[in-house]
Amino acid sequence: MEFKTFNIGGVHPADKKITAGSPIQVLPVPDTVTIPCAMHIGAPAEIIVNKGDKVKVGQLIAKANGFVSANIHSSVSGTVKQIGPLPDASGYTKMGVTIAVEGDEWEESIDRSETIRHDIDDIKPEEIIAKVADAGIVGMGGATFPTKVKLSIPLEKKAEAVLINAVECEPYLTADHRLMLEKAEQLMVGTQLLMKAVKCENAYIGIEQNKMDAIEKLTALSANYPGITVVPLKLKYPQGSEKHLIKAIMGREVPSGRLPIDVGAVVDNAGTAVAVYEAVMKNKPLIERIVTVTGDSVKNPGNFLVRIGTPIKHLIEAVGGMPEDTGKLISGGPMMGKSCTSVEIPVAKGTSGILMLPEKLAHRGEVENCIRCGKCVDACPMGLEPYLLSKLAKLNKFEDLEANHITDCISCGCCMFTCPANRPLLDYMNYGKGKVMAIIRSRKK
Amino acid sequence: MSNLLTVSPSPHAKGKETVSGLMYGVLIALVPAFLCSLWFFGIGALMTTLLSVLFCVATEWAVTKFILKQTPHITDGSAIVTGVLLAFNLPSNINPGIILVGAIVAIGVAKLTFGGLGNNPFNPALVARVFLLISFGEQMTGKWPLPIESRTSWLDAVTGATPLSHDMLGKVELSDMLFGGVSGSLGEVAALALIIGGIYMIWRKIITWHIPVAIIATVLVFTSIVYVCDPENAVNPLYHILGGGLLLGAIFMATDYVTSPMSDSGKIIYGIGIGLITVLIRNWGGYPEGMSFAILLMNALVPIINKKFKPKRFGEVKIK
Repeated sequence: MEFKTFNIGGVHPADKKITAGSPIQVLPVPDTVTIPCAMHIGAPAEIIVNKGDKVKVGQLIAKANGFVSANIHSSVSGTVKQIGPLPDASGYTKMGVTIAVEGDEWEESIDRSETIRHDIDDIKPEEIIAKVADAGIVGMGGATFPTKVKLSIPLEKKAEAVLINAVECEPYLTADHRLMLEKAEQLMVGTQLLMKAVKCENAYIGIEQNKMDAIEKLTALSANYPGITVVPLKLKYPQGSEKHLIKAIMGREVPSGRLPIDVGAVVDNAGTAVAVYEAVMKNKPLIERIVTVTGDSVKNPGNFLVRIGTPIKHLIEAVGGMPEDTGKLISGGPMMGKSCTSVEIPVAKGTSGILMLPEKLAHRGEVENCIRCGKCVDACPMGLEPYLLSKLAKLNKFEDLEANHITDCISCGCCMFTCPANRPLLDYMNYGKGKVMAIIRSRKK
Repeated sequence: MSNLLTVSPSPHAKGKETVSGLMYGVLIALVPAFLCSLWFFGIGALMTTLLSVLFCVATEWAVTKFILKQTPHITDGSAIVTGVLLAFNLPSNINPGIILVGAIVAIGVAKLTFGGLGNNPFNPALVARVFLLISFGEQMTGKWPLPIESRTSWLDAVTGATPLSHDMLGKVELSDMLFGGVSGSLGEVAALALIIGGIYMIWRKIITWHIPVAIIATVLVFTSIVYVCDPENAVNPLYHILGGGLLLGAIFMATDYVTSPMSDSGKIIYGIGIGLITVLIRNWGGYPEGMSFAILLMNALVPIINKKFKPKRFGEVKIK
């Protein structure tokens, strides 16, 4: 079997996929959910319910506010208890809707049967995009970019292939892995729908070699789905980065500052593809997702199907509580995840995992002098010079930062992962990138 | 859940590499060459290396503590590496007083004056070597201890001339240069031991192949041209590769993190520069050995190389 990969930089963190063999469990519906209005990149959705309103599962509670935005639906049935700021994984509070759960009453339009529908022939591309927009689907790998925007391809551009991102290159996380094993047919139909939506004939599913069972299962299945090819990939972080996946699979480089569609690619996460299937074929909006709850000392780590808005404390209880030695609680994976300040924060559309790191792994090492070993340069998958960029950012040299392509940085963390002197390279680079982006935006005005 | 949670930006994972780990890795790579020097120069090699390390570490500790008034970081291993490399550049019968001067110049002047580890523009061990070469020419190059014969003696070792000087030409076997047995400074006695150390460092990803390969290839090509043009007077190219400090310099000195370029293309340019200057000095310069000067000269160009030779960026391609 040939394994592909990208060519510049990258690191090999220990993959620690503890929960790879744990089947998806359905987490019971909690008594209260808190659903944030900003679970996607773009403008926060506009709340259309009022305090005291009765809502059903799947009912629209917040409407997309503009093109780059997404609808939000209630994930439970019950009464709207409060509308106001909620704690969020980012550490900031965001507007959201708190719903007290009463029973589990779904919108009648949602098809809750187990049957897998394959009858996609009569569905038009515009219908698919409309349903994806209605269902509030966003990139479920963590970036949470509204999927309808990705599928709405500008007239002058043409999609040549859909890439399904099933890389899951973050250590610990296994949500997409289990999804591929347990919802393989849905993933295939979802991929067909995506191909249809962007009017192309080919799709590639990129899977890393630490998921051989998924590679074998989907390869066997792909025989029934013309145009869909499974592409086995070498193990290397950050292969799940959109640009690096395109490079690994198609051998094409997205030019600096451009989008995947500029090289003919549309990249969607495996979870997104299944969500698209459910939205189009089952009329089901995005109200639940798979979350890996894990950690080295967690008692019963596992993968859970969770309603959006469920406070993460319920997930922590489901795996046997937070271990005694926990020093850091992370939403997402260890490379790009956010460390949480509270167990009350809700599961959002982009929450792929909850990771409890032991105290001994929770702290950074003592910062030493840069020895100019160049390991950050070798590790950077964008071919940047983190040692230089972090220094320029520290000195507020924004023009030099821009000239040295700080805006190409994808914040993957390879530089800091590899730095022997424990230097906070990415902290400075993120600061510098934010400033430079603001300067570029103000220049356009 | 009584314990407090730590909150920090990503990444929350860290690779295993540490500064001291890298430094001790370099020391491990120096072990084969050290064993060879013990075999050939015996007690003199042992004493010179021990004293050099001791003096370097002591200088680091004393200058940091009493002059800079900071907490000394002698455990990071960088002063030990400098000490061993300095010793490797000295003859085994050198006077301990000269070693002390070398250690003070290396650590005190060439390293700590600029802000310590990571900030020095020139390789400390080489600055010291060149300082000693200019100040104590007679002791540094006049009489090299003969291998094996000088095993049991230290300061009163039996001596001879360096194989790179013209009157020695043709009297030395290439195989002796590879496996050891040619007089010279401690570290250059056996080329093979240095190569083994280099392979270890590349395998452990402490260094990349670019600098040593660029230097060796350049020297080989350039000296071959000289040899073909003037076979009467020129030295066989293989003598150039295996003799003198070339391998020691190419593998251990030029690859010093702090004073070498960051990008792969920069490393190759830097290596070619060192190779060219070495051959120029060896053939037409005033010293039989040019490696130290070549590396120091290229050290000075590193900031410019870093500016001009950037790594290959992702997405640098033009859209069709």
